[in-house]
Amino acid sequence: MLTDSQLSQIRAIVGAENVHGGPAELIAYSYDGTFEQHPPDVAVTPASTEEVAAVMRFAYQEEIPVVTRGAGTNLSGGTIPLTGGIVLALTRMNRIIEIDHVNTCAVVEAGVVNGEFQARVESEGLFYPPDPSSLAQSTLGGNVACCAGGPRCLKYGVTKDYVLGMTVVLSSGEVLEWGGKLFKNVTGYNLAQLFIGSEGTLGVVTRIILRLLPLPRVRNTAVAFFPRLDDAAAAVVGVMGAGILPATLEIMDQATINVVEQYVRIGLPTDVEALLLLEQDGNDQDAVDREVARMVEVCRKHGASDVRMAKDAAERNELWRARRSISGALGRYRPSKLGEDIVVPRGQIPAVVRRIREIGQEFGLAIPVFGHAGDGNLHPNILFDFRVPGELERVQGAAAAIFRAAIALGGTLTGEHGVGSLKKEFLEEAVGPLAVQIMRDIKAALDPKGLLNQGKMFPSGSGPAMEDFLTALPTLQGITPG
Amino acid sequence: MPEPRLPPAAQRLLEAEYDNMLSCIRCGLCLSVCPTYQQSFQEPEGPRARIAMARALVEGHLDLTPDLLRHWDNCILCEACTNICPSGVQMERIGLGVRAAITESRGSTAGFGLQAGMRWLLPNLGRLRAATAAARLYQQWGLQALARGSGILKLLRLEEVESMLPPVASPPLVPDGQVWEPQGQARATVALLAGCVMSTAFGETDRATARVLAANGCRVLVPPGQGCCGALHAHRGELKAAQELARRNIAAFEGAQVDAIVVNAAGCGATMKGYAHLLEDDPSHAERARAFSARVKDFTEFLAALGPVKPPREVRMRVTYQEPCHLANAQRVREAPRQLLRAIPGLELREMAESALCCGSGALYNLTQRESSTGLRARKVRNAAATSAEVIVTANPGCFIQLSQGLREAGLDIRIVHIADLLDMAYRDGG
Repeated sequence: MLTDSQLSQIRAIVGAENVHGGPAELIAYSYDGTFEQHPPDVAVTPASTEEVAAVMRFAYQEEIPVVTRGAGTNLSGGTIPLTGGIVLALTRMNRIIEIDHVNTCAVVEAGVVNGEFQARVESEGLFYPPDPSSLAQSTLGGNVACCAGGPRCLKYGVTKDYVLGMTVVLSSGEVLEWGGKLFKNVTGYNLAQLFIGSEGTLGVVTRIILRLLPLPRVRNTAVAFFPRLDDAAAAVVGVMGAGILPATLEIMDQATINVVEQYVRIGLPTDVEALLLLEQDGNDQDAVDREVARMVEVCRKHGASDVRMAKDAAERNELWRARRSISGALGRYRPSKLGEDIVVPRGQIPAVVRRIREIGQEFGLAIPVFGHAGDGNLHPNILFDFRVPGELERVQGAAAAIFRAAIALGGTLTGEHGVGSLKKEFLEEAVGPLAVQIMRDIKAALDPKGLLNQGKMFPSGSGPAMEDFLTALPTLQGITPG
Repeated sequence: MPEPRLPPAAQRLLEAEYDNMLSCIRCGLCLSVCPTYQQSFQEPEGPRARIAMARALVEGHLDLTPDLLRHWDNCILCEACTNICPSGVQMERIGLGVRAAITESRGSTAGFGLQAGMRWLLPNLGRLRAATAAARLYQQWGLQALARGSGILKLLRLEEVESMLPPVASPPLVPDGQVWEPQGQARATVALLAGCVMSTAFGETDRATARVLAANGCRVLVPPGQGCCGALHAHRGELKAAQELARRNIAAFEGAQVDAIVVNAAGCGATMKGYAHLLEDDPSHAERARAFSARVKDFTEFLAALGPVKPPREVRMRVTYQEPCHLANAQRVREAPRQLLRAIPGLELREMAESALCCGSGALYNLTQRESSTGLRARKVRNAAATSAEVIVTANPGCFIQLSQGLREAGLDIRIVHIADLLDMAYRDGG
């Protein structure tokens, strides 16, 4: 709990209307895109780097924990204020400061929404590729903190490949300016890369310089339907081996197709076991069409029963709306889900898809699978109902089995969501004790008082994951806020 | 789970929506379309938070705290979130449940003026007509400035209501079994909901609606005994009053042998399509309410589905369409009005930016949440003006009044017209 004096000092920094401390408001800042929940002591919505720095200086002096967030859409439990303290929500810092055509880059505040940024740069003939499915609501600051990916990252790379510079407020309140409108820079350690994907454990990114590309002039999209899921998985390997780098190569299994069709109603067949969503882009219509035709041919060879081409931008947009809404639409099946984010070497996609199906049967749980098959990044989503006794325990077993299956196949825990609190207990199994120790040393150097995003990323002990890695996490049902 | 902190009746109202609340999987997509979040960029002002608050309330983690009331009061119930929700959350149901639970626990939260309006004026069309006529006289005699200046209106808390009266008077339509015969071959028979605000303040628009339908081969009946749909009551948590009004309309319309019950006010249409839900626990009315709701169609929805006759007259006009939330989101009718407008010879339809963002009218929202409502109104007027349209077309009296006020304030020479009146121009002298 913060004292009245502490609260009034925070109000003095950001203004009373940007300090949210009512019981219902604390509920509003207690969740993210997962089922986990814990209220902060106060939530603050600053308007500038200076205000963030002042809040951070104060928190450092008073030793108050701080959790930074944008729109709170993450799927890792990464922005739950597990130990209370201050939630610093940067959603009001949403100015696009500059779009620089000469140096093809942009300067933005952390709270700018990804989709709004994309629309703006595209209206000026430029292109920002990272496209997490939450792009309509998630912020660029949050994207940087989690190193967000998305379908287009197969061809274009992820958030880290587009960050040229940033402003970071450290836990002490000091302000670090790093990088610039520079495409090359090896002047010392690449500190920007350290903060990207650090999930708010090392500092608060308030301003970002992002690299842009020229907007590809043409796009062609195809959907291939497969009566058998295994064939679709094999086709992924086939397409990627055909000498083409597609802009996207997405997979959806039957349960996923069914649930998004209920939402978008665009006539996706619900009797096939899987589909692949393929797209190519470029500046030459013929070349793009030829490559798509080649990919379609490979799909047919691998057992695709039907292929549809998007005939215009409207149809393409509908297909992508379907793809992006999967995660939210899964709520139609069960009230809760655990969305995983494993990555395996691409060649292991067929094996891991089979293994996930077995795990679902073993634990008696529905686990729809979809994801960015082209780069080996899959999202098995374990569906459950917290009201059913014993179900969360089974989810826990299935999640552990999925993590271990990915690791056994040469893969890892997370490709674009982050570790957060839901995967932290498996960090050491995934990267080894030495890597965890190096990470802890870096954390200690930048956040000596350990105030930033407490209870995230790092396992609570060492060695294999603790058994109750999920059931020990707070949900509102398990606690009674004061 | 902890013990519920609400009175049993209020708790039951919320428990009925508990599964609906659990459908929210917290993806946050709703933030991108929520008018109150898009103004403040603060989580408690978004749908996801409002659902989380309602859920914490029903689970006994939260009381009806002042901050909960404030953030829920600020919800317009515009249904933009419901419309975009991949998981299928029905926000209006949760909102009506929360507001009814608040009323059940605390008594009415509406101010004196609103309560008087809802309890005494709206349910009684005779009184509403008399009050409107008095207000008109007062407008015409120039007493307005005097009364405004003297603070009498403020004392009566009717100042805001008065400033919202539409400027153009037309004689009321008193529903007493009027019939408009179809022109040409009869294609359908429909019953018209005259509405409370529509029939008194926009009587001529009701007649225009009937004329356009008749020009399209419809026999139009205006059954007696009908009245206010109860939308405003339901939105303010006056559940019992809303149910009473619903029963009265069901009784008035159920004898009519018609293909559809046609409504020209989006808010009323959405509410009447919701009678099935409103009365689902009333054994004597549940089935009748379902049958009633199934027959309700927005005027534009019905006409577009019927297949409109080509309008005979040219209307040379540059218009933009202001989509009412209760048509676009609540009833998911988006294309029909646009299709009807595009079919008018000579008319140019220009889409405005953020056309799906609420104008801030929202039943009584413009009276209860001035700041938020005024911000949205100015934004809508700016977006409309940017199209260089001469006329804003809408399909709901709430939006009409809200935008009239916005245009007046901005000093813009843009007219606002109900779509039925515009179609009436195109069909006049035709058929």
